[in-house]
Amino acid sequence: MTRNGPLALSFNALVMVFMMAPLVVVCLVAFTPENTLSLPTTGFSLRWFTAVFERADFITAFANSLKLAALSATLATLIAVPAGLALTRYRFPGQGVINGLLLSPIIIPHLVLGVALMRLFALLGVNGSFSWLVLAHVVVITPYVLRLVIATAIGVDRSAEQAAESLGAGRMTLFWRITVPMILPGVAGGWLLAFINSFDEVTLSIFITSPATQTLPVRMYVYATESIDPMMAAISALVIALTAVTMLVLDRVYGLDRVMVGKS
Amino acid sequence: MSGSLFTDVRRGYSLTGPAVLLFAVLMVLPLLLTLVLSVNVFDYTTGIKGDQYTAEHYTNLFTDPFFYEIFLRTFWISALVTALCVLIGVPEALVLSRMRAPWRSLFLVLVLTPLLISVVVRAFGWSLLLGNEGVVNQAIVALGGKPLKLLYTPFAVIIGLVHVMLPFMIIPVWTSLQKLDATAEHAALSLGASHWTVFSRIVLPQIMPGVLSGTLIVFGLSASSFAIPGLLGGRRLKMVATLIYDQYLAELNWPMGAAIAVTLLLINLVVMLSWNRLVERRYNRRLGV
Repeated sequence: MTRNGPLALSFNALVMVFMMAPLVVVCLVAFTPENTLSLPTTGFSLRWFTAVFERADFITAFANSLKLAALSATLATLIAVPAGLALTRYRFPGQGVINGLLLSPIIIPHLVLGVALMRLFALLGVNGSFSWLVLAHVVVITPYVLRLVIATAIGVDRSAEQAAESLGAGRMTLFWRITVPMILPGVAGGWLLAFINSFDEVTLSIFITSPATQTLPVRMYVYATESIDPMMAAISALVIALTAVTMLVLDRVYGLDRVMVGKS
Repeated sequence: MSGSLFTDVRRGYSLTGPAVLLFAVLMVLPLLLTLVLSVNVFDYTTGIKGDQYTAEHYTNLFTDPFFYEIFLRTFWISALVTALCVLIGVPEALVLSRMRAPWRSLFLVLVLTPLLISVVVRAFGWSLLLGNEGVVNQAIVALGGKPLKLLYTPFAVIIGLVHVMLPFMIIPVWTSLQKLDATAEHAALSLGASHWTVFSRIVLPQIMPGVLSGTLIVFGLSASSFAIPGLLGGRRLKMVATLIYDQYLAELNWPMGAAIAVTLLLINLVVMLSWNRLVERRYNRRLGV
């Protein structure tokens, strides 16, 4: 294999600096003791982190986002697992269309779906309803679970199922004792990926949330367009920390490279 | 579980049923409603007229410079972002693939993690770097230069978008590099081919499908990006997504917003499908299919 020369390595270093710079600067500014957005030069302070926890609107938005992400990721998993298994194991007319339909939210801009759902919810009189917000998120995150379920289901060795069946196992036993344990890494990885995507979603949510159901990214977006103070940096640093923890879990459960690069 | 054809069909539909139903109600139906809305008459005093139809929102789009200029700007910004992602992402993926075990996954994770961090956080990070008193301007002043206006310019939007989109280019290129057979490279080198010949005649043709699918994703996502132009472009530098937002939530002209949204969706789908077809045809011919 060809080795990297000094030029290639410095290029790599530049790309890393570019990718990390905005995240690092956010984390540094979060610790500033000043009232303005500046790098902490005189000393470190936790005052802006304390400020975050005194803001009821941000706490509510954070709670909303957690609840929304947990609920929608779970619902998405509940519909994507049977759908993924059906799409890999059975042949039926319309299979390709259904497969395409369930993966299509990936290529439909979230913004277009957001305004479309705003219209539907206005007609139904459910705009700002939390339950409908959950269902809307389920639609956009289902493809992520579905892809991982399909990828793991294809790799499953069917002989174990055939053996269990020939030994007299019922369909339920077969599903819970054989199939589920074998596709579990894909299901768990898909759930986490769906959770992260729902938690980060801003473009669709901005159209269908009310002040009471506002999610953290929407609250942050609105706050960033109105005023800029170091508290925004503190919240962002907390979000980065939380994402880092989730990623460590994701890495343990399914393997980060498999989730992101799609290697199976 | 080798059931009959009939059980296959029954199980297939019943297991995909809940998902299909949900998608029909919350994706297909609202998109159809938006299509209808985009041809509804709108009056600034009385609002949407659901029973009167007009094509004026679409004609506005193509005749009013305010609208088509935003479309053109969105197009060139997305095209430039895509080109930059190819120029940075392809060499970066190559460099990564040549690294040794611990470094390779470390840098791969570093380059891909921003993907999982909220785009609002990343846009905010860039506004800290590019603001009038931001880190970049402080560095310029410290080096004796004059501060530049960077934030709320196309430059800031392009930088922000490249940052968000780069992982989407690196992932498919990386995936196609993994499938590469190193012995072909060794064979070419041992037969006296130069490194450049090996790259252009052996590596590049094989990673081209990855590059092209990355191009597609990056262009589509850039053209419809909302948070980056919203936070780094400011109020005046509009892109299609921020224009739609304004039509719906500031102007309250939903039919006009719907017409722009439908047009954006159609352009996106047409670009994606025709690009896909083009790529497929080219590669099928090359493989002699």
